[in-house]
Amino acid sequence: RWRLFSDLLYKHNFSEIIQRASKIFVSHSQITRLYSRFHSLDKGENGALSREDFQRIPELAINPLGDRIINAFFPEGEDQVNFRGFMRTLAHFRPVEDNEKNKDPSAGEPLNSRNNKLLFAFRLYDLDRDDKISRDELLQVLRMMVGVNISDEQLGSIADRTIQEADTNGDMCISFSEFIKVLEKVDVEQKMSIRFLH
Amino acid sequence: RGFAGAVVYVWLSVVLGLIVLPAMFGVSLGFTDLYVKALVKTLEWATLRIQRGQKEEDAVPAHLPNGIIEKDDGSMEEEIGELRRSHPKSLAGGDFTLCDAFYFCKKGIESIVEDQVTQRFTSEELASWNLLTRTNNNFHYISVRVTIIWGLGVFIRYCILLPLRVTLAVLGLSWLVIGTTLVGLLPHSNVKTWISDLIHVTCYRICARALSARIRYHNKENHPKKGGICVANHTSPIDIVILANDGCYAMVGQIHGGLMGVIQRSMVRSCPHVWFERSEMKDRHAVAKRLKDHVADKTKQPILIFPEGTCINNTSVMMFKKGSFDIGATIYPVAIKYDPQFGDAFWNSGKYNMVSYLLRMMTSWAIVCNVWYLPPMSLQDGEDAVHFANRVKSAIARQGGLVDLFWDGGLKREKVKESYKEEQQKMYSSMIVGQD
Repeated sequence: RWRLFSDLLYKHNFSEIIQRASKIFVSHSQITRLYSRFHSLDKGENGALSREDFQRIPELAINPLGDRIINAFFPEGEDQVNFRGFMRTLAHFRPVEDNEKNKDPSAGEPLNSRNNKLLFAFRLYDLDRDDKISRDELLQVLRMMVGVNISDEQLGSIADRTIQEADTNGDMCISFSEFIKVLEKVDVEQKMSIRFLH
Repeated sequence: RGFAGAVVYVWLSVVLGLIVLPAMFGVSLGFTDLYVKALVKTLEWATLRIQRGQKEEDAVPAHLPNGIIEKDDGSMEEEIGELRRSHPKSLAGGDFTLCDAFYFCKKGIESIVEDQVTQRFTSEELASWNLLTRTNNNFHYISVRVTIIWGLGVFIRYCILLPLRVTLAVLGLSWLVIGTTLVGLLPHSNVKTWISDLIHVTCYRICARALSARIRYHNKENHPKKGGICVANHTSPIDIVILANDGCYAMVGQIHGGLMGVIQRSMVRSCPHVWFERSEMKDRHAVAKRLKDHVADKTKQPILIFPEGTCINNTSVMMFKKGSFDIGATIYPVAIKYDPQFGDAFWNSGKYNMVSYLLRMMTSWAIVCNVWYLPPMSLQDGEDAVHFANRVKSAIARQGGLVDLFWDGGLKREKVKESYKEEQQKMYSSMIVGQD
């Protein structure tokens, strides 16, 4: 019986949540589905997700960059994310064409602009948030993606070459603008977007 | 006191005369069919009323059986190849680009929005409400009339159907325990086997009535034969009742304590089932040997095994454990598909214990399901047990209209194996440095 009440409680705040959420995700049905998903991941039923809740998804647990992706949901120093935070992070992956429906000039740059998508990816590399990808940070991500299959020396030379190609100001790091320049021809809008089936 | 006695007397006579006796002879008086037809009409009416009454803004998005997001089907090589297409190829050895991370990033975010595994361990979402509170997840709007019908439904299910069903279940199980114990006293003979089979089947038929089960069997010519192993997808303990209604099987499982143990011990007196002590189950060779011995004896009933090892929610078939496929016996695959509109048969063992689960079953509308017997399959030359198991799994999934997954049902409780991640890392590494 108590479960029924907690469900009702979720539903009571529901229209409020939809109201505020429609500034982040425009489509009502998408918000409902994401809310349903959030609720199903929230095993503790306390209206917030922890890192363990994410790690319970097998497909995410076997993703080489899984931990970094989970990190993106948790702002500095926190270990719980509520529905609003959940949606804000996922909103980066809305297709760019969605923005046509939400022309609000005062809203500022939308979360799913090409720039912000690139910034999301940049932050997967830039762990200490100092707006530069250092050699060490690049090596860390490379190591996560290749596992034990490549030697330290080989990985090191790959990292060096990558930085050499991208680095234009000679500081042996990749800044965000250098990052954008290297990837200017990549179809970011397509590759960093999730499309809902309506 | 006389009145109470008379009521009990009438009640038992009705139950015995109209339900138990016809059930034992496999005769259907048609009550269940009528009941199901009336139910279908009522649920259709309720659905229409709910849809009519819903406000546009509150409209619940339609149930999407194929998932909620578009997913690219390409392999890692294809996807990363596409990403790199516009990037100039480097000449010095090592083929890494910063945009490679996009592939893993997108896959990760997709799995956060929707994944193939976690949804299998909770009950299937219904397209329209079936007037049970337990399935009312997304349906906010209820009109007065629908609420009245719902209330009537509650009364019918809890005050009329539940006592009836519990009586039947008790009768069925008592019959099994007493009957098999008595038969166990007889010396081994054909007559003993015949009587034992009769007792088993009649018990399961009574239990099927206790669940208001309407089962349809397809392709009965492929029914499992002696000396073979019957494998089926697993949704609930009720699967046993469903299958055993149409024939006798030798059950396999762990010996429990309590009521379950009493039933198991008396069953094995009349005909050979394969019960293991908890300690024996760990020894794979011992288990395999006992199964092999049973199968080799052509007078014994076919063994019934659920290779998934755990209950799944009947929308998919998960990894089949290879143990039963290594025995060398003929496999008779069976697909079971429940219709969730009438009652959710899935046993979420993390959420409900056996007693609450059975209570939920007996207060559902009905259990409606289809059973398909597939043609027998055996190990082919040069095939290993794992490949064989996957072949059988695909056949069952195809027949039952279920999603065929390679994931292990054990993920319900355990973490996923590191080896899957290592596989991906290996694949990606070979893309960067090329195959050596």
